[in-house]
Amino acid sequence: MAERSEEVKLLGMWASPFSRRVEIALTLKGLPYEFSEQDIANKSPLLLQSNPVHKMIPVLLHNGKPISESLVILEYIDDTWQHNQILPQDPYDKAIARFWARFVDEQIYVTAMKVVGKVGEERDAAVEATRDLLKLMEKELVGKDFLGGESLGFVDIVATLVAFWLMRTEEVVGVKVVPVEMFPEIHRWVKNLLDVDVIKKCIPPEGEHLNYIRARMDSLKLKSV
Amino acid sequence: MASDQVKVIGAWASPFVMRPRIALNLKSVPYEFLQETFGSKSELLLKSNPVHKKIPVLLHADKPVCESNIIVEYVDETWSASGPSMLPSNPYDRAIARFWAAYIDEKLREKKKAVLAQVEEGTALLEKAFIDCSKGKPFFNGEHIGYLDIAFGCFLGWLRVTELAAGHKILDEAKTPSLSKWAEQFCNDPAVKPVMPETATLAEFAKKIFAKPRPKLTVVVDLCVEFLQE
Repeated sequence: MAERSEEVKLLGMWASPFSRRVEIALTLKGLPYEFSEQDIANKSPLLLQSNPVHKMIPVLLHNGKPISESLVILEYIDDTWQHNQILPQDPYDKAIARFWARFVDEQIYVTAMKVVGKVGEERDAAVEATRDLLKLMEKELVGKDFLGGESLGFVDIVATLVAFWLMRTEEVVGVKVVPVEMFPEIHRWVKNLLDVDVIKKCIPPEGEHLNYIRARMDSLKLKSV
Repeated sequence: MASDQVKVIGAWASPFVMRPRIALNLKSVPYEFLQETFGSKSELLLKSNPVHKKIPVLLHADKPVCESNIIVEYVDETWSASGPSMLPSNPYDRAIARFWAAYIDEKLREKKKAVLAQVEEGTALLEKAFIDCSKGKPFFNGEHIGYLDIAFGCFLGWLRVTELAAGHKILDEAKTPSLSKWAEQFCNDPAVKPVMPETATLAEFAKKIFAKPRPKLTVVVDLCVEFLQE
């Protein structure tokens, strides 16, 4: 496919796992893009116009045409730029990858949010529930370097949410949600991820990120008082 | 591989189960339908979908595929040589189809008691989406039924039951003219007709499973989420 001048712009947010996963995909494909940091509290006209249904980041603009929803964006990137495939080629493997990606977003993420957002007994329950879900992910990693197999794939990119968001909240929340004794495979997988240049380049810097999580948690607590 | 045995674990009344069945029909793939007994889960289901323990599950040469929209894509990709493609070939149009399918399922997952206004907001958006996606053709996917038609159309039976119970049309010629026309064509499609239950049959079923009478307007979201959730 002849490369004409491609304009790729990402409306995103530096601390969002959903935004970062798109950056990982674009970087894995070696695609130059313009990143436009969005103010979620004060949404830009471009964001509202590009994603009128959800009004959320990330939004990928390819030659001005918007694509929303991070999983949809990832598949779009893979469909459009077919080198360095993110999704497996085999339909069965693809179906399994899609299944686990949804599991991360619809199950793990939703439950893990409560760890940060709740206190006391509700938090304890959320920790338990998150661990139960993570046990399934732990099983998937046995004998594999990455969730995608030998190399980084779709599910790994999506699951960076676990590696660099959920696990980072541990410091802020003061609870070891993912203790290494319970989840040795996950810890091994995180180390493998950190060995990948693209990942190192595309995840939020730890210090700033922890400060951000701390600030958000505080504001949530204030709201519930 | 494509000729290996195909089974679908499901229930006749579930819109989510309808999705893979329509897809298999579109591709002329014969399959065995394994009906779950309402109120209990078979060993095979629990073994095939240990994570969610939900229907539908597709078994292809005994290998399970779970999640209805994922199954539809799997069917499209596996039997790509048979029948029309269920997704557009253009990546952007594919993204739009996937976006709207995700939107529909997200609204259902929200699980709050859907208010009519919210449902109508959704159908207004889908009316516009239909015009954009169909580009003058009869279906979201163009000439033939596809992924998004299936993702949305599977709810039409239950939608009709709800409309009758509420005495209020959600899809109608005035508010959603394109969708109304599409709905009729979708339900009459040969791939859909054999698996879309008659409205009267669904209504009877609904009466049986919902013990208490519903004094207020009930919307399809409630019904599906409570009992027929995949």
